[in-house]
Amino acid sequence: MSFSPRKILMALAAPVLSILVAMVITSIILLAAKDPVGEVWAQLLRLPSPRLTIAIVNSAVVLYLSAVAVAIGFRMNLFNIGVDGQYRVAAFAAAVFAGQAWLPGWLNILVSLLVAMLAGGLWAAIAGWLKVTRGVSEVISTIMLNAIATYLVAYFLQKVALSSEGSNVTNTKTIPESSRVPGIPVTIGEQQREIYGLIFLAVLVGFLYWFILNKTRFGFDLRATGRSETAAIASGVKVKRMVLMSMILSGAVAGLVGMPLLFGQDFAYGTTFQAGLGFSGIAVALLGRNHHIGMAVAAIVWGFLEQQSNGLQINAGVSDRLVGVIQGVIVLSVVIAYEIVRRASITIEQRNVAAALAAERAKAQNAAAEVAA
Amino acid sequence: MCVISATDKPAGRSASAGPTATDTYAVELHGITKRFPGVVANKDIELSVRRGTVHALVGENGAGKSTLMKILYGVQQPDEGTITVNGQVVTLKSPTEAIDVGIGMVFQHFMLADNLTVLENVVLGAEKLHGIGDGARTRIRAISKEYGLDVDPDDLVEDLGVGARQRVEILKVLYRGAKILILDEPTAVLVPQEVAELFDNLRELKAEGLTVMFISHKLDEVLSVADDITVIRRGTTVATADPKTTTARQLAELMVGSALPSPSTEESTVTDRPVLTVEGVDLSGSAGQRKVLDNVSLTIHAGEIVGIAGVEGNGQAELVEVIMGMREPSSGRILLENQDISDWEVREIREAGVGYIPEDRHRHGLLLEAPLWENVILGHQTQAPNVKGQLIDAKAAKADTEAIVKDFDVRTPSINVTSGSLSGGNQQKLIIGREMRHTPRVLIAAHPTRGVDVGAQASIWSIIKKARREGMAVLLISADLEELVGLSDTIRVILRGGLSAPFDPDVVTREELGAAMTGADGHAKEDVQ
Repeated sequence: MSFSPRKILMALAAPVLSILVAMVITSIILLAAKDPVGEVWAQLLRLPSPRLTIAIVNSAVVLYLSAVAVAIGFRMNLFNIGVDGQYRVAAFAAAVFAGQAWLPGWLNILVSLLVAMLAGGLWAAIAGWLKVTRGVSEVISTIMLNAIATYLVAYFLQKVALSSEGSNVTNTKTIPESSRVPGIPVTIGEQQREIYGLIFLAVLVGFLYWFILNKTRFGFDLRATGRSETAAIASGVKVKRMVLMSMILSGAVAGLVGMPLLFGQDFAYGTTFQAGLGFSGIAVALLGRNHHIGMAVAAIVWGFLEQQSNGLQINAGVSDRLVGVIQGVIVLSVVIAYEIVRRASITIEQRNVAAALAAERAKAQNAAAEVAA
Repeated sequence: MCVISATDKPAGRSASAGPTATDTYAVELHGITKRFPGVVANKDIELSVRRGTVHALVGENGAGKSTLMKILYGVQQPDEGTITVNGQVVTLKSPTEAIDVGIGMVFQHFMLADNLTVLENVVLGAEKLHGIGDGARTRIRAISKEYGLDVDPDDLVEDLGVGARQRVEILKVLYRGAKILILDEPTAVLVPQEVAELFDNLRELKAEGLTVMFISHKLDEVLSVADDITVIRRGTTVATADPKTTTARQLAELMVGSALPSPSTEESTVTDRPVLTVEGVDLSGSAGQRKVLDNVSLTIHAGEIVGIAGVEGNGQAELVEVIMGMREPSSGRILLENQDISDWEVREIREAGVGYIPEDRHRHGLLLEAPLWENVILGHQTQAPNVKGQLIDAKAAKADTEAIVKDFDVRTPSINVTSGSLSGGNQQKLIIGREMRHTPRVLIAAHPTRGVDVGAQASIWSIIKKARREGMAVLLISADLEELVGLSDTIRVILRGGLSAPFDPDVVTREELGAAMTGADGHAKEDVQ
């Protein structure tokens, strides 16, 4: 790959610009609502406390996994909105399995991770299979499957649940201590906090995502299909098979989204298990442009905004839902900005190629003229 | 809207007649220059079109004809120069403004909705003129009668042939009040008989006082229909010619500026070893439709080029797709040497040595936003040197791309630029180079020189001829009869999915081919000029 400063600059311009646009628009909304603009930004942009810093990293870990799951679909022009349902089905399945403690210690964790991937993959496979055999849009089917997942998991949770006394929280059986993933202790200032041990899983998934997509035949076929399905078919890619496989792969990674929470924080799946991560993953994948590093940065930005919003109500008297508005505007403007940058890059490249060739021709003509003279 | 008197006919016949008589000119272009980044598409264009004439604009592919017409139709604005319509200097910022001064354009590719009637297609976007009901119907009938277009407003467009569809396009433009018609390569999609009908229509339009600008690079046609000819070469007008006193040869030389390249067959290299055999292949259409391919049988020997002629949409694309494995034939067999490949997948067929130059390189041949070297892997992503086991070998693929760029004269500053930034000719050379690097046994070439410049055309022809000499079996599908006659050892005509008996390109005439292409074999309906 060739990295020119211009390319890097253009790649960075879009997300930075859209964050700025989001800030401007949010400020206008705040002004219109007569809320304290300055205090809101002071709260959101201040240096996070050590506790929050760790919380930001932890939510970024989970968001990154979700973004990679979405990005696998995106690279192939598949819009897997179903990551949300896939990770909840998977987290439930893994929690039930791990809670049984059929296997000892780490083995239990490893097999549970596989169970999660399998569950997520199978759940996504339904949408893939419908698309391949019946031509059902994966957008529609995954939205439906999200709803089904919600109720299905709630139904089964009732079956296996142990209601803790004096609480209406329903949980699966708690994972034994021996099968928990210890956090990585980090000391910032006076405080000691823990980062999810499964951050390594996120790093590994990110690496494999990069490697498989950019270095393997399978990845080439997948990217080719995403860029031009017709050209991919003509080149010998079995597109239906690719659709099914990438959907399953996307679902399998989605299955891992809940794992840092399950093995590092909650140790059971219950009604309070964090929801909505699949949708945030879509936003992070868009902001990070499906790039393995870009999505990591985007996940941190997302986590940062979410954690910083906690103090908004107390310190600025503004609802923390405001962050949702900011995130929404970022996503909208980043989509527009990337499209503008993409078109501009195409034009600039065409211009550069034409100019380079014209210069070459002129040189050749001059040389010929000199020879003639 | 301006009104032009139908009787206002110029007296002079010569194209260089008095430039002072401004009001006899429908359109005058002076000093038109249009620059695109890195290239000058048009430079100092001088063009005067007399009212009530057919004025041909001839030039090679890429000479700048289309840009000029886009300028005249308001799609693009010139950087310099003036446009004068009926003696008034105008600025055309959009096609709407062009139609307001009476300029209408008929594009090469029809823009009609198949599932609507002629009436509905005509009024679409012009509902305010005469409504969408009987008012419009009456108007369409009147125009059709006045100019002899023979169009019924209530016909469904999908039931119409290519020639009739083109007349609907012309009618659409007339309906919007155009008095100056621009026709961009109108004959490209027509068989010779339909061309003759079109020319009759154009003469009718001319007789009614309308002005026609006719863009083409087919010289015989230009000489038969035009009153004046302007030649454009490398973006500028180089000459005007009088069709009465000019020969096709002279025009051709004006167009290219030197002697013409032509695809001339060399000594036969045909062997008796069949490489690709198609046996009784059928492909059924969608329910209730006729067969798309009807009992197609065909043999290509080593060292042989078999050309397929035909009007577009008669099964050429499907034949290619069946051979390449993108579609399964309903019945029949396809043999590669002695192996039955009928139910093989595309990838297996390509690996077995079938090279493929697709008809639409943007849709089927390239990843436009990927760099050249990734495009060289495309279609060969399981073959050396592009892969090592399951991994892509980018280094080897890049080296291979460098070699292709050099050997096949692909003009590019680097192998890292996207394929979309190259010109059509260079994209095509890249595709052909990529296929040839794997020394296929069979080459399926669909319209290999479509939309490429003269230089690229000549080199593509020589690559195909070289492949033939080296014993490759080539299936050549083309709409360019000259190309087919010049390159092929045998020509077959495809019509409604069926293949004709073989024609010998050395003796067959254009009219015989044209007759076979329309199904009027042996008894052509009309004389062809």
